[in-house]
Amino acid sequence: MSRYVLRRLLMALPVVIGILLVTFMIQAVIPTDAVSAMYEGQTTEEEAAEAIAAMRERYGLDQPWYIQFTRYAGNVLHGDFGESIRLRRPVSEEIGYRFINTLQLTGAALLIGILVGVPMGILSAAKKDTWLDLGAMTVGLLGISMPAFFFGLLLILVFAVWLQWIPVVPRGGAALLLPALTLGLIEAAPLSRIARSAMIELLRRDHIRAARSRGMGEMSVILRHALPGTLLAVMTVIGLQFGNLLGGAFIIEVIFGWRGIGELGVKAIQWRDFALTQAIILISAGAHIGANLVVDVLYAWIDPRVDYDT
Amino acid sequence: MSLLHGETETAGAEALPAAEAAAPRPRRGGWRWLLGRLLRNPSARIGGGVLLLILFCAAFAPWIAPHDPLAVNTLGRLKPPSAVNWLGTDEVGRDLASRLIFGTRYFLLICAIAASISAGFGILLGLVAGAGSALADTVIMRFTDMLLAFPYILLVLAIVAILGPSLWTAMAAVGVAGIPGYARLIRSVALTVKREEYVEAARALGASEAQIILGTVLPNTISPLIVYLSYATPIAALSAAALSFLGLGAQPPTPEWGAMLVNSRSFLFTAWWAVAAPGLAIFVAIFAMNLLGNGLRDVLDPRDV
Repeated sequence: MSRYVLRRLLMALPVVIGILLVTFMIQAVIPTDAVSAMYEGQTTEEEAAEAIAAMRERYGLDQPWYIQFTRYAGNVLHGDFGESIRLRRPVSEEIGYRFINTLQLTGAALLIGILVGVPMGILSAAKKDTWLDLGAMTVGLLGISMPAFFFGLLLILVFAVWLQWIPVVPRGGAALLLPALTLGLIEAAPLSRIARSAMIELLRRDHIRAARSRGMGEMSVILRHALPGTLLAVMTVIGLQFGNLLGGAFIIEVIFGWRGIGELGVKAIQWRDFALTQAIILISAGAHIGANLVVDVLYAWIDPRVDYDT
Repeated sequence: MSLLHGETETAGAEALPAAEAAAPRPRRGGWRWLLGRLLRNPSARIGGGVLLLILFCAAFAPWIAPHDPLAVNTLGRLKPPSAVNWLGTDEVGRDLASRLIFGTRYFLLICAIAASISAGFGILLGLVAGAGSALADTVIMRFTDMLLAFPYILLVLAIVAILGPSLWTAMAAVGVAGIPGYARLIRSVALTVKREEYVEAARALGASEAQIILGTVLPNTISPLIVYLSYATPIAALSAAALSFLGLGAQPPTPEWGAMLVNSRSFLFTAWWAVAAPGLAIFVAIFAMNLLGNGLRDVLDPRDV
């Protein structure tokens, strides 16, 4: 088992290098803009050019790219993400608490997605080709067609403005409710599709037919024999879905003013603040890879059919 | 009955062969055949109909739109829907209906450019990887691995961060982020086709590699390519709209649907129609694309449940 974990870690290594390369490219292109945007209107052209040159030297941007890259990768490995040009302080100070906020949001959304999506998928598989199935699948298709930003605004409009169940500017736990609901309900759509097709597939298997022929009720066939397999199938994609949720958080956080890394990330791109942008994209992609690693290992641990040595 | 997935269609298809063998039918796989099957699929009919309407609006926007989409009217700000302004006006008094109609052009442009970039480079890389040398295959596959390590939206954002925010970079970013998916698909088709006996036969008859790739491999990718396009394009369009909404794509006052929400969302409490109109437009357009996609999948790839 530990050898399996080690091998999975080694397999992730080239991917991590790839991610570092992509995020590194952000600094290779942006800096001049960032610096000139900062000094816009405050300086003459010569002064700005001087400031830009000084800034390039300070961040080592006048070096050849491979030297810059090794330095960048080395710094990141030491937990040093550089200094934000805009905020004028180390990126790591700003990102820590924001990342925890984002994890809260995505975690709650994932929970909502599973609690809504999986039962919906199972129900439509059990009632395949009935109006219930058709209804659930229509809702699912509507879900994958719904722009997250519009859905978020719609929920604010309905729950905060029309029904007034939630204050427009909520505090504490209530603040998490609408953003998590927006992200979670959208996430429920793909999860219900996966649960449905896994369940349909399982219900055709021999052991299910055997259970039915022994006179077992449909309800217990589904709950005792098909549910575990369906959950396992759902679990394999949760790692990937977590990445989607992180990406979706960039949009949802902006709408709800949720102070996570997504909200800051969008600002960082607008500011052309390369160190901040790099760190946020790097951490999100890293979290995505980490989540997939954990899911893979958990899966291997739960499902005895997975061979650790291959 | 089965509007959204092809179970009844597929179930019906199992019973079909006997009847089909008896009656003459158009050649399976031709464009005519595809169109005929699509017209019989309710999901594809609805989705395709809405998309045709969007296409019509885009083509004749200046004649259909009741007002100038950019004309500011400070006296008529945030007016609710009326006979003059069908869908109301936005925060500077521009006519929302006209802006939505002109917005169809941006929507289709984004879809076309993003899909062309993704599919164009994806097909090229996929063919080289699948039908070329082992080295090319390794290099291209490691490259796609690298891009696929990012969640899709994150990759799009990373590319926007590299290129800088604008409508064109948003389209490019969404397009580039789609390349690895297409490359993988085409590669797997190419690898399968390469092992087929008729390719061996063609090779034995002296066909060159280029002839084999263009003559046998490429045509075989069309059907999976259409299915993949129908699945990937709505996601690309949705992401481009999201970028505009975040201020990282099309910039106001462009009548792009996502960009229309940038300013109007501050008026959500007083003028909900200014938010609902562009939001619903995106939603309906994407839903129509997904419906058409479902129909295409039923027709071209009936194995998929």
